[in-house]
Amino acid sequence: MRGTGLFIEFLHNRKGAAGLAIVAAFTFMALFAPFISPYNPTSTNPQAFLLPPSPSHPFGTDNLGQDLLSRDLYGAQISLIVGLAAAGVAVAIGLVTGLVSGYFGGLVDEVIMRIVDFFIVIPALVIMIVVAALLGPGLLNVIAVIGFLSWAPVARIIRSMVLSLRERPFVESARANNGGSLYIMFRHIFPNVSSVLYGNAMLAVSSAIFTQAALVFLGVGNVTSISWGGIIREAYTTGALTAGDMAWVVPPGIFIFTLIFGFILIGYAVEEIMNPRLRGGGSG
Amino acid sequence: MGWAGYLLKRVAFAAVSIFAIVTFDFFLFRLMPGNPIQILYRSPALSPAQITSLKSQFGLNLPLYQQYLLFIRNSFTGNFGISINYLQPVSQVLFPAILNSLVLLIPANILAILLGVFAGRYAAWKRGGAADGIITGSSMALFSIPTFWLGGILILVAIFTGTLPVSGMYTLGAAYPSPLARFSDLLSHLILPLITLTLVLFGQYAVIMRNSLIDVLSEDYIIFARSKGARDAYVMRKHAMPNASLPMISIIAVNLGNTFAGAILTEVVFSWPGIGYLIYESILARDYPVLQAAFLIVAIAIVAANVCADLLYSLIDPRVRYS
Repeated sequence: MRGTGLFIEFLHNRKGAAGLAIVAAFTFMALFAPFISPYNPTSTNPQAFLLPPSPSHPFGTDNLGQDLLSRDLYGAQISLIVGLAAAGVAVAIGLVTGLVSGYFGGLVDEVIMRIVDFFIVIPALVIMIVVAALLGPGLLNVIAVIGFLSWAPVARIIRSMVLSLRERPFVESARANNGGSLYIMFRHIFPNVSSVLYGNAMLAVSSAIFTQAALVFLGVGNVTSISWGGIIREAYTTGALTAGDMAWVVPPGIFIFTLIFGFILIGYAVEEIMNPRLRGGGSG
Repeated sequence: MGWAGYLLKRVAFAAVSIFAIVTFDFFLFRLMPGNPIQILYRSPALSPAQITSLKSQFGLNLPLYQQYLLFIRNSFTGNFGISINYLQPVSQVLFPAILNSLVLLIPANILAILLGVFAGRYAAWKRGGAADGIITGSSMALFSIPTFWLGGILILVAIFTGTLPVSGMYTLGAAYPSPLARFSDLLSHLILPLITLTLVLFGQYAVIMRNSLIDVLSEDYIIFARSKGARDAYVMRKHAMPNASLPMISIIAVNLGNTFAGAILTEVVFSWPGIGYLIYESILARDYPVLQAAFLIVAIAIVAANVCADLLYSLIDPRVRYS
């Protein structure tokens, strides 16, 4: 019941509804790219390279004669896959370490929190570039690099919530009833941190999408698959940007921006529903 | 615990962090494909005699734990080895890049903080209104924009209007009649990366300022000050801002530490010869000595900024010291 009520409140939140619509549209684009793309995104055509936008090629073609609209549509796949999977890895690690750290306290907490501090302090993007270059291209490598280097903030937030939750009477009574630690953590504490977790998960997705595009732009990560970051990189490296080829550069950036914005809107809406003080003068 | 104890604890933690980072740095690059000796041999410009001397200088023929100890000693004396790509001591490659980065980073951060505080404060005061919607919305939009694409759009604009240079720090091969001409050339190269970086940084400052002010504005002492009949502007200046500035100050300090790492994309797009661009070039050239040193510098900047944030915070808010 509580879940449905919250979902309805979420849909009534303008930011939440807009974010959900954006993400749904891009999910559609990713799933149906093979059907809605006018061309095969990797078929080259030496007779039709660097064409300006026209009815048959709305965004023109690149230096190999590949249709840019088709490539932009396919680009949604990598962004969503990497964004969701990498955020999933980060949130899962962050949740478990945060729960364990906050619940057990003492030496366990001290050790885990020092590791978290270390991961927060190290320059993540620099390490990601280095490690992604070391691992070589590959979808799983990028997901692992982003996921394993982004969990620390989630762990810190979850842990701070668990610290206060574990002193609450309902946890105490569960313990008095001989509930096991794992049972209490997942049955009693987890439901109370889940709302904050969802908000942070959405922000983690948005930053993973950003990072994936940035890594590809810098020439590391899954450079061989079709992705928005890669399309922008190709515009730079082939000189299309300095030649002023707007139809090549502008659309993939707008897609990245809109998708990230969608996830941020959802995360922000979740946060607003949980913390009504941020809502301000009554309008949602 | 007194303040001295608090300070000592923070500084000790920073020292441990730096030690952990040096260790991480050493082993991360040992995992890279090709050991350092092979990499040295790959460089055609080094004579066998030079390679032998480098090997003994960096202990590359010693057991791993001795290499590690040597690496720690060399890191603290700033002896980072020879760049494979530039064939110069790493420190001679690194320090000009740091200076170039600062030329871009200092004004960008100052501008972003000033604009962010101003916009966030205004949005909080008018919360729920149109101005709040525009400021919050555009801030959120700004940190959704991929940096490298925003830079690309500015490059497109500059090319179509034919006004500003889009790459590097100075015009290549230019002979300057006066230092002033050289400076104005630098300024014209600075404008586009400066705008890009400022916009990227601005959004988060505005949102944090707004949210922190809104939290403060619903406190009892604000309601009390208003009920006394104090003017809005006075309540804002005297009661709300000082309290809302606390989280801002620590976030600013932490962000300043992250700024070297965060400027990589902007520097790459505009070929600005700073530390971010150096990292990018060194990845492409597999120039591990430079990467190792650059990584260390960037990480130490972050640790130092975090310590400064903690100390500053404890100076302003005495509650922190005793918790």
